[in-house]
Amino acid sequence: MPLEQRSAQTRMARPSRFGDRAFELLTLAMALIVVLLIVLIGWQLWHGSVLAIRKFGFHFLATSTWDPVAEQFGALPFIYGTLISSLIALVIAVPLGIATAAYLTELAPLWIRQPLVSLIEMLAAIPSVILGLWGIFVMIPWLRDYPFPWLKRFFGWTPFFSGPTYGPSMLAGGIIIAIMILPIITSVSREILRSVPDLQREAAYALGATRWEATRIAVLSYAKKGLFGAVILGLGRALGETMAVTMVIGNTPQIALSLFAPGYTLASVLANEFTEATTELYLQALFEIGLVLLGITILVNLLAQLLLRTLTTKSATRAVQ
Amino acid sequence: MQFQTAHQHTWRKFKSALASTVAFVSAILVIAPLGLVFFHLLANGAGSVNWDFFTKLPGPVGAVGGGMANAIVGSLELLALAGAIGIPVGVLGGVYLAEYGSSRINLVLRFLADVLNGVPSITWGVVVYGLVVLRFKGFSAYAGGLALSLIMIPLILRTTEEVILLVPNGYREAALALGVSRWKTIVHIVMKTASKGIITGILLALARVGGETAPLLFTAFGNHFWNHNLSQPIAALPLQIFTYAISPYDDWHRQAWAGALVLVMGVFCINIIVRVLTRGRAASVV
Repeated sequence: MPLEQRSAQTRMARPSRFGDRAFELLTLAMALIVVLLIVLIGWQLWHGSVLAIRKFGFHFLATSTWDPVAEQFGALPFIYGTLISSLIALVIAVPLGIATAAYLTELAPLWIRQPLVSLIEMLAAIPSVILGLWGIFVMIPWLRDYPFPWLKRFFGWTPFFSGPTYGPSMLAGGIIIAIMILPIITSVSREILRSVPDLQREAAYALGATRWEATRIAVLSYAKKGLFGAVILGLGRALGETMAVTMVIGNTPQIALSLFAPGYTLASVLANEFTEATTELYLQALFEIGLVLLGITILVNLLAQLLLRTLTTKSATRAVQ
Repeated sequence: MQFQTAHQHTWRKFKSALASTVAFVSAILVIAPLGLVFFHLLANGAGSVNWDFFTKLPGPVGAVGGGMANAIVGSLELLALAGAIGIPVGVLGGVYLAEYGSSRINLVLRFLADVLNGVPSITWGVVVYGLVVLRFKGFSAYAGGLALSLIMIPLILRTTEEVILLVPNGYREAALALGVSRWKTIVHIVMKTASKGIITGILLALARVGGETAPLLFTAFGNHFWNHNLSQPIAALPLQIFTYAISPYDDWHRQAWAGALVLVMGVFCINIIVRVLTRGRAASVV
């Protein structure tokens, strides 16, 4: 009798743990695929470009001849194009995005906020290729007819707005990237501003601040670091933006000061030339372009994560205190 | 002195109103492209979305007419392939992060997933080209589906983790107290409770990759004809729009607008379904 009882107890205490172990290992394996993907992407791009890296070395990044026929490959015009178009995008998108975020969290009437947020989410959902289509057939003709001549008339004396205005240009590429990154800058900034403790606002209002003064002194300056993080996150997206830019930037590998001149970005050259790579070295050079693009975007994204993370933990601890 | 303070006060009020106006104008400028794109899609594309568009193959160069039937079906096939790989991996990975992982492992995995989310989509195309297309000597639907699935994995993983963490601990404790094993608790209680949120994450990821062109350029490659052999190049709606948009033919431009209208409608439909599913709770877009 006691023996039977004991065996019953053991049965109760030790049900089969096989299912639990198997399920845990299964989910662990799936989670580890994330690590595998990071390794895979780095290894594949490195492996694919190792010949080009050995052959050109540092010159790949510092020379500007891109001549597949002569097998001369220098990525400088693409790096330049990527950086400048992203910079133009930031100049346009950062003030607009942060002002909109401030409007959405601090200044707007309550009833308008949710519909606006939904519209911004819808803008984020528009595929890149469709924005590019709109860019080719609507935005570029409009830019060529109205803003470009105007810019040329007033700022034509600077090297940035001189030369012929065909339409497809670095400036057009920057504007289309700005449209693409506005939703992410706005929505991340909005989250940041929302995480600013209400005590900040209450203190400012208690001192007699107007709505704008409270926003500027108590909210925006408090959230400075997080907003910077949002901007860097936007920059990360801007650098890797492909289809829309490819369709409007003009795709000419040159380094021109004028923003009216066509340019080329790292992502666009991949999109345009990858299937045309006829020789081994050409393909290797394109893989190396991919490696450079990955390197730049990962660095920028790491910085963004760092900025956004420290802010949220800090504001969280402050809120708790 | 009294006057001066009153004057200052008016000035400060004015500045505040001015700032609100500037912010309002910024918000209008931010959403203006949405309205403009939508307007031009309807104006240029609506006339060409007809029965032929959904049932016919693309016409030969120069011929008027034809449709994008193969591209629409191709896109759906690619999404099915991508979902077959991306959904189980993303959901189960998210379950691990929410239910099992120690906080240190989670920190690393979450961080890596965020890094992956920031990788440009064209890079996935390059990687899959090296891994699959070069190795098996040819563009294929499999390669395209794989490229899309790799983009989906970190997206779904993060949203799944977030919604599973929202399930109250009492549910788990109640099930475990009844002697239900842990994995059954997770599958039948926790994941079931969070199913709406998990489906939302999956739908958003599908809507996102459904509009992707860059990773398909040198994996799925595109095809002007019907193809149901998944180891052959396959057409996709975004690819077809791109090819037509940069072509020099007016009739192809017309088709590109029609295709873009259909694609945007598809993406927006998914977003509206998501909004209905998450009514009352703002869906995160990051």
